[in-house]
Amino acid sequence: MTPESASQTAGPFLHIGLTPNACGIPMPGGDPGAAILTGPAQGERVALAIRVLDGDGAPVADALVETWQPDAQGCFPGTPGADPHVAGFGRIAADADGRARLETVRPGAVGDAAPHVSVMIFARGINMGLHTRLYFADDPRNDADPVLRAAGDRAATMVARPEGGTWHLDIRLQGDGETVFLDV
Amino acid sequence: MTFPPRNRAVHPPAAHPPYRTTSLRAPARPLLPMAPSPSETTGPVFGPEVETSDDLTTNFARPGRSAIGPRIVVHGRVADEAGRPVAGALLEVWQANAGGRYRHARDGYLAPLDPDFGGCGRVRTDAEGRYSFLTVQPGAYPWPNGPNAWRPAHIHFSLFGPAFAQRLVTQMYFAGDPLIPLCPIAGAIPDAAALDRLTARLDMDAARPFDALAWRFDVTLRGPAATPTEAP
Repeated sequence: MTPESASQTAGPFLHIGLTPNACGIPMPGGDPGAAILTGPAQGERVALAIRVLDGDGAPVADALVETWQPDAQGCFPGTPGADPHVAGFGRIAADADGRARLETVRPGAVGDAAPHVSVMIFARGINMGLHTRLYFADDPRNDADPVLRAAGDRAATMVARPEGGTWHLDIRLQGDGETVFLDV
Repeated sequence: MTFPPRNRAVHPPAAHPPYRTTSLRAPARPLLPMAPSPSETTGPVFGPEVETSDDLTTNFARPGRSAIGPRIVVHGRVADEAGRPVAGALLEVWQANAGGRYRHARDGYLAPLDPDFGGCGRVRTDAEGRYSFLTVQPGAYPWPNGPNAWRPAHIHFSLFGPAFAQRLVTQMYFAGDPLIPLCPIAGAIPDAAALDRLTARLDMDAARPFDALAWRFDVTLRGPAATPTEAP
């Protein structure tokens, strides 16, 4: 048995490899995850605004945000019955304010988990991609969600708030209000 | 598909003071343990719309030109921890040019850009988990981690297995590079054998005579646990 290969930081120039078209390198076929939806998907359309902040509260302008989610019925892409217009994977580089904005559908519930979007953060200074989740503040199923319950009084760091038609979540890498990162 | 807890002993810790940028970006709190759920045991599937591009010497070169630098084949196998091949895995690779300069707006190193080199490619593994691409050997370059800090030559790798829990971003180094033991990013890996596995080996059997040397780099993705045997 060979152990997993070690992780290394994606570095400051991750855009070249992961969002080449968005940084001026026209890779044929576009950038994976540039659109979570590939057509008229069923369900409620939502915009997610994720902001990544460091231990001083400064924006992480070189962060990359990746997301993974099921469709509005809770079916993951590639599984039987899944909405063919939901690719489920999102990837966007943060802007100078550390913000990443994604357009998607609100995910359905899966099993005993409240509806959520899986989130990974990569950046220079992050040795291994960080996993967290984005939950929706108005969902009554949050109270019974096993991950939110395990997070206890820090659960709110994974819960996005609606404002102006967009769901906002600040991801604080360190310090006061540090986001709960998951041992995935 | 199920996954045992990740073996963190082979991975760099979040905080590694010699790598200065970790100081404000490393979470101080421990990761929250959780049982893998479908959100982690499923993962994105990339169809033919994600075109592959396995010749970095020409994929962004002017017609009839190719990138400057020592031509190399990088190849290997992607398997899981039990040695099973990971077929159809998407690999995204990116690197500096032969002078150590990235085609990136934020790279101000004085080495020149190569007008015939983009520095990125994509490949998929075949049914046996094998991949291969042609590129030029990247150069070492200085970086602002101290008065005289240099990165060893490396190629960045991003990999997706079938499960989001297997997501891996890493770097490939070149065997014999004297900068590896000086690098605080490579040095953040606590286990010498784990760092050694990130170090590609010269592979003369795969070299293309009068064309390109070859380096072999195998990647191991996490898990999954052995399939539970069904009750009779």
